[in-house]
Amino acid sequence: MPHDAAAVLPLSMSDERAPDAARASPPPPRHDTWGRWQDVLFENVTRFFALLVLGTLLAILVALAISAWPALDKFGPAFFFTNVWNPVKGEFGGLAAIYGTLMTSFIALLIGVPVSFGIALFLTEMCPPILKRPLGTAVELLAAVPSIIYGMWGLFIFAPLFGDYVQPLLTQTVGRLPVVGALFQGAPNGIGILTAGIILSVMVIPFIASVMRDVFEVVPPVLKESAYGVGATTWEVVWNVVLPYTKVGVIGGIMLGLGRALGETMAVTFVIGNAYKISAGLFEPGNSIASALANEFNEAADPVHRASLIALGLVLFVLTFIVLALSRMLIARLAKGEGART
Amino acid sequence: MREYLISNFLAVAALSFGLANPAAAVDITGAGATFPYPIYAKWAEAYKQKTGVGMNYQSIGSGGGIAQIKAKTVDFGASDMPLKAEDLQQAGLVQFPAIIGGVVPIVNIEGIGPGQIKFTGPVLADIYLGKIKSWNDKAIADINPGVKLPVDPITVVRRSDGSGTSFLWTDYLSKVSPEWKTKVGSGTAVAWPEGVGGKGNEGVAAYVQRIKGSIGYVEYAYAKKNKMAHAGVQNKDGQFVQPDDTAFQAAAAGADWKNTPGMGVVLTDQPGKASWPVTGASYILMQAKQDKPQSAVEVMKFFDWAFKNGGKMADELDYVAIPDAVSKQIADAWKAQIKDASGKVLWN
Repeated sequence: MPHDAAAVLPLSMSDERAPDAARASPPPPRHDTWGRWQDVLFENVTRFFALLVLGTLLAILVALAISAWPALDKFGPAFFFTNVWNPVKGEFGGLAAIYGTLMTSFIALLIGVPVSFGIALFLTEMCPPILKRPLGTAVELLAAVPSIIYGMWGLFIFAPLFGDYVQPLLTQTVGRLPVVGALFQGAPNGIGILTAGIILSVMVIPFIASVMRDVFEVVPPVLKESAYGVGATTWEVVWNVVLPYTKVGVIGGIMLGLGRALGETMAVTFVIGNAYKISAGLFEPGNSIASALANEFNEAADPVHRASLIALGLVLFVLTFIVLALSRMLIARLAKGEGART
Repeated sequence: MREYLISNFLAVAALSFGLANPAAAVDITGAGATFPYPIYAKWAEAYKQKTGVGMNYQSIGSGGGIAQIKAKTVDFGASDMPLKAEDLQQAGLVQFPAIIGGVVPIVNIEGIGPGQIKFTGPVLADIYLGKIKSWNDKAIADINPGVKLPVDPITVVRRSDGSGTSFLWTDYLSKVSPEWKTKVGSGTAVAWPEGVGGKGNEGVAAYVQRIKGSIGYVEYAYAKKNKMAHAGVQNKDGQFVQPDDTAFQAAAAGADWKNTPGMGVVLTDQPGKASWPVTGASYILMQAKQDKPQSAVEVMKFFDWAFKNGGKMADELDYVAIPDAVSKQIADAWKAQIKDASGKVLWN
């Protein structure tokens, strides 16, 4: 456009050329007012967003603590260590729900972590390229299924099969062993702590597996190839090269899964049996914090009942926080060990 | 340009406000119990067609309904459990029943169909206390001569969520079993000594349908719709009755509404040869002193219309309408108790 103008108006050519030249060289740094303002603005906006998260978190904690106070005040620390849940008499103690939450999450990880590890390993190390993409997508799709679908599937399809075929089998086989056998007792009706744990494991597998797969993929090929070069088997490569290289990411993935398992509500409600009980047998019904909240909050008209439910919510919040803090500490320690070794 | 946009926006806002306002003045809002939700929704639809006045009911649960009406965020609250007279007094609320329904025991026993097994109140209580553990127990066999009962263990199923259905069930068990009354008591949620909990009627129904040898309790309409094997129960007069609309009506007819404060009659274990023992009414709560008299009048008009015209719709959904004599008493209560800020009676 300036060139056309120059052609039409040759007289003004010299005038036109000056801005042209200026345009060719890099634009002058606009460190003057506007640019600086932009930086300041950007910094503050991003800081605001970051602090907003922290602020929200603190606000939730404070709100929970205030609302839970009537219960904590009335029952004291015993609230966390007693197992009573009697809305009629107004006596509450959350031990059964806390136990149920921890136990189901533990079972979920016990099953979920090895399976996820296998999935991630197969996808990154052994999978034929044709299968890699569809399998990976399938795993990610599992993560997108709403939890209520898992709950309904668990109640209507998994629980009947589990109760009719698997539970009697378990009772008759491992149930006869000393010590461990006590875990596999109870009425074989397909619902209970173990079923909830298994459904949860299916729900956490996609999370853990996709994180593991992603971190396994970033292991520099040269490391693996060197190991293969000195004659290592696939297992040795994975155990001695891939896992140590990716342990931070792997732990992160497991914690992500644990976070989901601790807070899962609908799917657990459907299959856990919702009884405030702590039984040795994993086939017995139990309850979890999230499930108790989902079940009772609507109709909890009594202030102490409501406060007790909120206190359970506070426990869940703190539990999740502890889990995250522990994983951070673990990662920090691992990183430190790394530095010492090299 | 910017000014134009702003003025435009203001104009639109003013317009929508102006349009929405008259509608908001007549539409009524309520919140609470889930048990009567289907019938309230059906009444609301028919009423809207007839009068143009909409009724927006949110089934958030009785506890929520009570909290909301106390906070005056809704025009009326609904609760399956009647509030005590002193609670009503303290919160400045007026209570009246709006619909009646029944709760029935359902069983899953091989070879036993709807209505083929019978219970007495104490036997049901002992089952729910975990004292009767198998179906061939003598206590069950004695009241069911000629019925082939299996050796299977009994799995007790109950609601895991707080609900009016559970309130009626536990209230009934408390009335027929002193042991239940002292050990467990009655309420929308109780410390269940036994069994597994399903969420909602559908949760209980699902558990009972799939666990062999189980017993549960659901609203009658739910059991009927799903053709579940319900059981007969012995009533206060010693008669074994089967649940149906006439049995619920019989229970409601015999009740002493007039002399119960706040009309808070719990219709469980009522006398009468044909009475179904686990019957209950669902209640409406309104502020006695109205800040919004216009909405209050609309609420009363709505229920007045429903009492007069809603019986057939109630039948279709297997509820029972409030008896005529009772609806007259309700109107009297409105006259006596619901007033605007200046103390003027709103219903006449």
